[in-house]
Amino acid sequence: MSNLRPDAILHAVSRGRGGVKVDHSKFTAESETVRIPTPKTVVLPMQQHIGAPCTPTVQKGDHVDIGQVVGDSDQFLSVPIHASVSGTVTAIADVKLSNGRMAPAVTIESDGKNTVFAGVAPPEVHTKEDLVKAIRASGLVGLGGAGFPSFVKLTVSPDKPIDTLIVNAAECEPYITVDYRECIENSWNIIASVYTLSQLYGFKRVIIAVEDNKPEAIKILKNIADKDIETGNIVRLMTLKSRYPQGAEKMMVLSATGRKVPAGGLPADVGCIVMNVASVAFVARYLKTGRPLVSRSVTVSGDCIARPGNVRVPIGTSFADIIDFCGGFTQTPAKILSGGPMMGTAVVDTNAPLLKSNNALLAFSAKTAEAKPQTACIRCGRCHDVCPMGLIPTKIERAALTGDADLLKKMGTMVCMECGSCAYACPAGKPLVQYMRLAKDVIRNNK
Amino acid sequence: MEEKQILTVSASPHVKSTATTRRIMLDVIIALIPAAFAGVTVFGLRAALVIAVCVLSSVMFEYLSRRLMKRDCTVGDLSAVVTGLLLAFNLPVSIPLWMCVVGAFAAIVVVKQFFGGLGQNFANPAITARIVLLVSFASAMTGFTSPVAGGVDAVSTATPLNILSSADGTSVAQLVANGELPSLLKMFLGVRAGCIGETCAAALLLGGVYLLARGVIKPAIPFSFIGTVAVISLFASRFDLTWTAYELLGGGLLLGAFFMATDYATSPVNTGGKIVFGVGCGILTAVIRLYGSLPEGVSYSILLMNIACPLIEKLTQPKYFGFIKSKKKKEGKAA
Repeated sequence: MSNLRPDAILHAVSRGRGGVKVDHSKFTAESETVRIPTPKTVVLPMQQHIGAPCTPTVQKGDHVDIGQVVGDSDQFLSVPIHASVSGTVTAIADVKLSNGRMAPAVTIESDGKNTVFAGVAPPEVHTKEDLVKAIRASGLVGLGGAGFPSFVKLTVSPDKPIDTLIVNAAECEPYITVDYRECIENSWNIIASVYTLSQLYGFKRVIIAVEDNKPEAIKILKNIADKDIETGNIVRLMTLKSRYPQGAEKMMVLSATGRKVPAGGLPADVGCIVMNVASVAFVARYLKTGRPLVSRSVTVSGDCIARPGNVRVPIGTSFADIIDFCGGFTQTPAKILSGGPMMGTAVVDTNAPLLKSNNALLAFSAKTAEAKPQTACIRCGRCHDVCPMGLIPTKIERAALTGDADLLKKMGTMVCMECGSCAYACPAGKPLVQYMRLAKDVIRNNK
Repeated sequence: MEEKQILTVSASPHVKSTATTRRIMLDVIIALIPAAFAGVTVFGLRAALVIAVCVLSSVMFEYLSRRLMKRDCTVGDLSAVVTGLLLAFNLPVSIPLWMCVVGAFAAIVVVKQFFGGLGQNFANPAITARIVLLVSFASAMTGFTSPVAGGVDAVSTATPLNILSSADGTSVAQLVANGELPSLLKMFLGVRAGCIGETCAAALLLGGVYLLARGVIKPAIPFSFIGTVAVISLFASRFDLTWTAYELLGGGLLLGAFFMATDYATSPVNTGGKIVFGVGCGILTAVIRLYGSLPEGVSYSILLMNIACPLIEKLTQPKYFGFIKSKKKKEGKAA
């Protein structure tokens, strides 16, 4: 680091294998984030992320204010869920989530006043432990899409020293622009978080990684980072070649540091913490105001949306309300996605509520959503060529269909992150991600 | 929002590239066109007739066998056209047309469809068909005619590799001076005896570069195949560059290395496997040429390596991301 000019923009130190070039389709990049009017009701499912579900801590008929805890769990891998509007709890019952699964949820009818809970106050943070406790209480999960509880990432064990914080602003998924908007609209919060975290953790360096198709974000962040050169001089902007899945955690660690996260391991195993840029910005806001995660930004786009844009939405707002706010549909959608087109989930019902981890809502017409006809595998090897993990999806598919769990394990099936590059590239139109999931189930059931 | 929405639900990803099997096969056909033109120019119009019969009968057999087996019609993927073209390229111009049909039957019905169709065959259909014909009709398959003569009554002649392997002691320069061996320029342009599609190195290289540029094939197999033949030929000839050049331009090496050894179904998918496969093809080709009783070994070498392909893939299994060999290595990494 020291031999570099402090104001230099870094380039990726290593380039991972594979990946695909996808159309960016970031049509909403220039549309400023707008707040949606408070919805009449919000539905807060008790399972919003990977890990243990929460149990409701309120009763039907209770009055709640914004930021009040409505669900919590005593399990480790879990974070509390907070009321995102003020009003009355009208139901505690199972609801259908966007992917069709059922989950218990707390429904709140808004009183339209948006009163903030009296207990909301900036947390006292002096040590790492304080921070971890505060971040858990904030209900923060990774806002980039995977929704992994953030406090777990920030919990460091003494035998795994952390020297690098990577702020992930790659946003390699097509269509989604919320992270880009975050870089532009909340750049001060991002940098403030970076300094707070650096002070607490003593990082040797902080890398803010942005794909090279977002020069504006790079410029703004760099200007702010450069102002503080004397105090820290550890923050660096890094441009990455835009290539999907550049923003995937393991790819990010490799590009930024040249280190390879071992199979089954986490970035902490190689001394890194990777956090999504919106999550990082949230940390500074939270430490300042004490306001927990009750809203998030969502990109609403696709060829069926009348007014595509980036919208700030209370958690638990129904997809239908968000779509209505964006002018509704211009034509009948054939497919609606929560998340990006590469890794997002097809939505079964638009009455489902928005979760903390949903970063986009896309509606596609029949023309765009049309699936490629499926033909025989020609063993062209494109799935292997593009796999960032170096797997051979076509062989894994065959082994999955024959139920050969040992072979599947040997071929490294479990390191698949379901980025979808293989299925994207496949000329035979095979749903390879589906087969990869099947393969993982074969391994799990074989135990 | 009132009317009932019918939404498609499927696994991610929800966007797909424009690559299709048909487009890939079309690229291979485009890449073969220069060599087809060269073949017709060098050997006359009968070459076009052989190509047409091979392609048409291949497509017909593809259609009929799929129909008889009550499976989807796969003529549209153009793979049968590619097989037909490659089969014709591997035949001498004087071959009786009914033999072309027999070859197409062997390629499409026996080698390809009996094993499950596109992508499932373990051996290259065109190569296997060539070998079937070579074994069954040896004289018709080795009755090479001099270039430009055309027609079935043309004078029979020996291929350059035939001449080289039977020339004891005579140097290459002498053979060329005697008019027995075509010059290197003629070899490059394809004006020499041989199979229809194998003689014009210029056209084959053009097609090969097109396939590489389009990403249809990877350089691993052709480079390691040709490179191995070159190295062995250099050593065997005590670094006689001219002789090596004849070895590279002669026979079906370029056709085999760029268009047939790279067949997806019968070559390894991983780069390491591809290199082993290519080197294996190269060694077998050179050994058959140098020590075998046959002047040419490209098709046999590819067929043998096709059979070894599953084994090669197993032995060259690529390491996936973050692969941990042993605990020791893991500790070393963390430190």
